[in-house]
Order: sequence, then C-alpha cells, then structure tokens
Amino acid sequence: MKLEGKKVIWSDYQKEIAEDKFFYVRSCIRQNFFPGSEVAFLRIMRDVLHKDVYEHPCHTTCSGIGYHGDVVPVETAMTVVARQFALMTEAGYSNYVPSCITSFGLYTEILDTWHHFPEIEEKVRKQLRKATGREFEKPENLAHASDVIYKFRKEIAAKAKYKLINKETGEPLRVVDHIGCHYSKMFPSKGVGGAEYPYVLSGMIEEWGGEVIDYPERRHCCGFGFRQYLVQANRGFSVACSREKFESMKPFKPDMIITNCPGCPMFLDRWQYVINEMEGKRYGQNGEGIPVFTYEEVAGLVLGYDPWDLGLQMHQTDCEPLLKKIGIEYSPEDKFNLEPIHEYSEVNNLISL
Amino acid sequence: MAGLEAAGQLSKNGIYVSLIEKETITGGHLNNWFRLFPDRRKSSEVKDYLDRISLSQKIKMLTNTTVEKLNKKRTSFSLTTNAGNELTADAVIVATGFDLFKSERKEEYGYGIYDNVITSADLENMFRKGNITLNDGSVPETIGIIHCVGSRDEKVGNFYCSKLCCVTAVKQAIEIREFLPESKVICFYMDMRMGGAFYEELYREAQEKWGVSFIRGKVSEASETIENKLMIKVEDTLAGRPLKMKLDLLVLMAGMEMSEGGKKMAGIGGLNTGENRFFAASDNHTGSNKSNIDGVFYAGTCTAPMNITETISHARAAVVEVIDYLADGK
Repeated sequence: MKLEGKKVIWSDYQKEIAEDKFFYVRSCIRQNFFPGSEVAFLRIMRDVLHKDVYEHPCHTTCSGIGYHGDVVPVETAMTVVARQFALMTEAGYSNYVPSCITSFGLYTEILDTWHHFPEIEEKVRKQLRKATGREFEKPENLAHASDVIYKFRKEIAAKAKYKLINKETGEPLRVVDHIGCHYSKMFPSKGVGGAEYPYVLSGMIEEWGGEVIDYPERRHCCGFGFRQYLVQANRGFSVACSREKFESMKPFKPDMIITNCPGCPMFLDRWQYVINEMEGKRYGQNGEGIPVFTYEEVAGLVLGYDPWDLGLQMHQTDCEPLLKKIGIEYSPEDKFNLEPIHEYSEVNNLISL
Repeated sequence: MAGLEAAGQLSKNGIYVSLIEKETITGGHLNNWFRLFPDRRKSSEVKDYLDRISLSQKIKMLTNTTVEKLNKKRTSFSLTTNAGNELTADAVIVATGFDLFKSERKEEYGYGIYDNVITSADLENMFRKGNITLNDGSVPETIGIIHCVGSRDEKVGNFYCSKLCCVTAVKQAIEIREFLPESKVICFYMDMRMGGAFYEELYREAQEKWGVSFIRGKVSEASETIENKLMIKVEDTLAGRPLKMKLDLLVLMAGMEMSEGGKKMAGIGGLNTGENRFFAASDNHTGSNKSNIDGVFYAGTCTAPMNITETISHARAAVVEVIDYLADGK
C-alpha cells in the first residue's frame, strides 16, 4: 500500500465547507438508533467550536428514505426538499448541514438536477409556492455534518482529552472507517476524498491518533441498502452483506469501526449480535465484538464527554472494552442511570421556537 | 515514430526537414516496448529501421525541443522553439503521437496505491529487464489483465476504443506464460476486438497453446488483502454471475489519449480537435492527413489510435500530401 497514491487522490477531492452559521437538519432515524449523536454534534459545534448552528422546529423528513426505498417519486422529494430550503432561507441561513447521509445524497442529487434542468427547479418552485406560499434560496454551501467535523478535526484534536491510542501499548487504535453509500458514490466530487478512497472519516482518525485500516470489502454496503432491509424478505441478504464485511476486516484486527451514516452503525452494530446468535461468531479480539461508533460519538469521546451522555449504552456491541483500552474514565454503574450525569448547555432551539 | 518515418520519406524525395523532438531520443513509445504484436518481433528492429531511414543530410534533428509558437506567413510557416530559435518551413507535419491513459484515473483499480497493480507499459519494462516480479521481489503465480482501462469508458470521458489494447493484452499474456510457465493468466475483457492481420490467430494461440483464460466482464474494483494479494470483483457476463478472486499481479491495459504535446500544438496552431480530443482531420475518408490549415498535415496517432503498421502508412500518406501541396505551389 502506497499512502502517497491515496494522498494524490485526496488532494483531488477537497470540497468547500463553510466556516460558520450552519442550518442543521436532523435525520429521521438517527435519534432512535443512536440518540446521543446529534446532540453531541450540536454541543461540540456550539460549546467547543463556538459556531452558530441553527435548527428549525418545522423541519421534516427530506423523504430520501422513501425515495431510495422506491415509494416516493423524485418530484415529490424535490418539493419536500424545496420546503426545507425555504425554512433555511426564512431563518436567514445559507450553509445547509444535514445529519443524514441519504439526505446529503438527495440534496446533492436534487441541486445537480436543478443545475442541469432549470425548468424542473422552476416547476418545483411553483409547486411549493402553490402548496405553501413559500419561496427559497438554494444553499450557498452544502456539507454533510461529518464534513463539518472533518473541517474542524484539528481544533477538536487540540482540545482532546484522549487519543485513539491503546493506553497499555501506546499503539494507535486500528480503525475501520465505513462511509455511507450516499455520501460520495453518486457524486464523488461532493465528498472529501471522493468515492473510492474517502478521506472524511480517515482524516478524523489520523488526526485523533488512530490508524486507518484498508481492507478488501471496505467499499461494500453495510447491509442497510434500503430494500435489503426495508423489505422483510430480504433481511437475510442484509445480514449477509454485513457478514461479508466483518469476515473481510477480521484479519486486520480492528479495534473499532467509525461511520457517518444513520443506517451503517445500526446494522454493523446490531448484526454482530445477530451473527453471534446465528453462528456463534465474534469478529473482534479476545472473543469480543468490534464496537461501532458514529463520528460524533468518537469526537465526543476524544473530547472527554461521558460515554453514557453520548448514548453508548444504546449500542448492542459492547463499547466498554474499547473505553478501557483508551483509558477513558467512566462509571460502569451509571450506564443505565436516566438522570442527567453532567451539565451541558441546553440544546434548545426547538423549545424556544 | 510517425515523425521519423515522414522525415525519412520526405528526405528521400529531396525535401529538407527539421525534425523537432521533445525528448532526448526519437522513437516515442516504441522505446518502451519489448516485443511487438502480432509476431513478437523485437521493437528495437523497427526502431533501427526508423533510425536508418531518418539518417539523412537533409534532416536536421532537434531533440529536447518543443514548438512554442506557430504562425503562418502567407505561404510559409514560422515556428519558434523553446530555445527561442525561429524556424521557417513551407509545410508542417504534426506527429505529436499519443499519451498512455494515466491509469491512476481509474481509481477503483488502485494504480499508484496498491503495490502490485501495474500498467501494460510497466510490464513491458519488466519484459525488457527479463524479470517479472512483485513488489517484494517474489514471482507472481496468478496474473490478471484488465482490458479497456481508459477506453470505451464514459466515466473517464473516453468513448472511443483504443484498438490496440486487446491485442497487446493477448501478446503480453503469452509473454508472461513464456517467462513464467507455471503462472496462471486471466484476461478480463468487454469485447475482444482483434481486427488486425494475424490478431485473431494470436488470440487463438493464447488460448490453445498458452492456456490463457478470457473472462468477459469489466472488473469493478481491486483491493489489497492482509496477505498483500489483490482481490478483484468482476462479473462474468457469459456465465451471468459475479466473481471475486485473488491475484498476485494486476496489469492494466492503458488506452491511448491525445498527447499533452498535441493539445499544446492545437492551442498554439489553431488546429481543430474532435470529440475524442485527437486532431480532427479535414475529411475522415479522403483527407485524414489534412488539417483545417492549408500546409499543416497530420501523421500517426495524433489523429486516432493506430498500430505501428498504420502509423507508418499514415506518415507516408502525409508525405504524399506534402509533396502534392508543395508541387501545387502551395
């Protein structure tokens, strides 16, 4: 493996990411899957990086999950997205930051479609006007939330309490990065590092002390794949996809997996339990699973956030061996304590509006 | 190659030639090839012929030289070189050749990233050294050859067929088996375009005599395993099933593209190029050597992918056009 070759590609795929004043839109499903992640993003952005991040109470699904599940027509999706842009415009923002990878892919696809077919954009504007009376500006900058954390990875590293290093050996943790398919596979130029060797998560890992693993099935789908999972009869295929990845990464002895998509951590985390039940197999070291994290959780951990405030107790594959490996101070008995453990600033846009 | 042939033929016809070569030596890609298809003669034999034909008192050889300006002054041309010298000519033949497709652009194959992914040109270099080895010095046992790298590929903006890669792959597959009799060689192709004299025979020989396998399907990606082998994914479109296999060495059949030198000449000379970015001939059937400027002619692969036979024929045809042009009083 020649890292220099990758660096050339990474330098070819750099994108503009706004500096401040972000209009943040949450994912439909992440708050159920990993409820601490989006809150962690807001706290890191506001409390650590001191950025202006705005959420709108009237934001809805982008309908991307329906579009990619073949139940929402594209023009309907476009009109829903146009309404989200109208909310951004009304709030006085122009830097749009979706939490969801599929949303990011859908927004990218729609903006590209409108660029090439302005008559479709005009039609959608008319539809939105007729249905809601709203007008909208297109975002000046569209970046996925992981792009934003990537942009500020050095600032986070500068304030880090922990590094992604094995406390006992001093060796970097071996990290698998898994990028959501809709991040850059459709529009490579819109993702940091492109589609074949995405750098958005690798850059974070490198900056925070870890070592990125490149394994043969790195590009393979996590197993969510919408129709693989949403259609119940296909769920065996979903497990098989995840298994394919675990089998491929196992020889590289990964310490952890980092993801940037709503579905990927869910399936890579939960299916490890299912595969263990079905086959008695575990893919981590010492008979353990491989803990799976969102990038916000990893950022929160290196910044010293309490693991239970980050919602790590919601993971199916146990994270505690890794917390110990890093040397993170935490209280095992507080794992299921529902009372707030630590004081944080309120994430209160939704309440105040 | 086209430039040498054209210069040699012009000098034979009593015409004085300034041969401008950007490299230190003439011969272009021929210098990097070991043996030639379809008969696997040594490339040096053709190079020797070209050197002989271009050895003439009437030919002034300017190596390490590029053209920076090209202006037409009534019936003659003024060419300014990178050294600042001004040359005058009654006619100009552009023979800027081709560049090999930069295989790094097919990112999914990992050229420049994975240790044992090489190009057809790299393999020729190994043949010339008589040493086919992996990055760690060991001998490969299973070798894959991917056709159409940078050709017939909308993703990289090249719709055209480079025409020579299929037969090059067949030739190189045979040569690998000659060098490494114990090796297994598998070619991955979209179509086998063996449209040249003795090409089809070579293809048959590769299968029957040398046991080379041919799988119809485009490789979708390559990656590296923990044992430092290459894992590829490909669809066998004849069997109708996806395949995943491990290889020791992967060879990319890099296609042909308009050369950077050609692009520069097109810019400074106001010469038309086609959708494929090669120089556009004034007439595809009856004027493949003629440009959009009277007195400027094309020779060889600056207009389209060609093999050596075609390149030499095209260069000779350019000479005929120049002689006609000069005889007509320009």
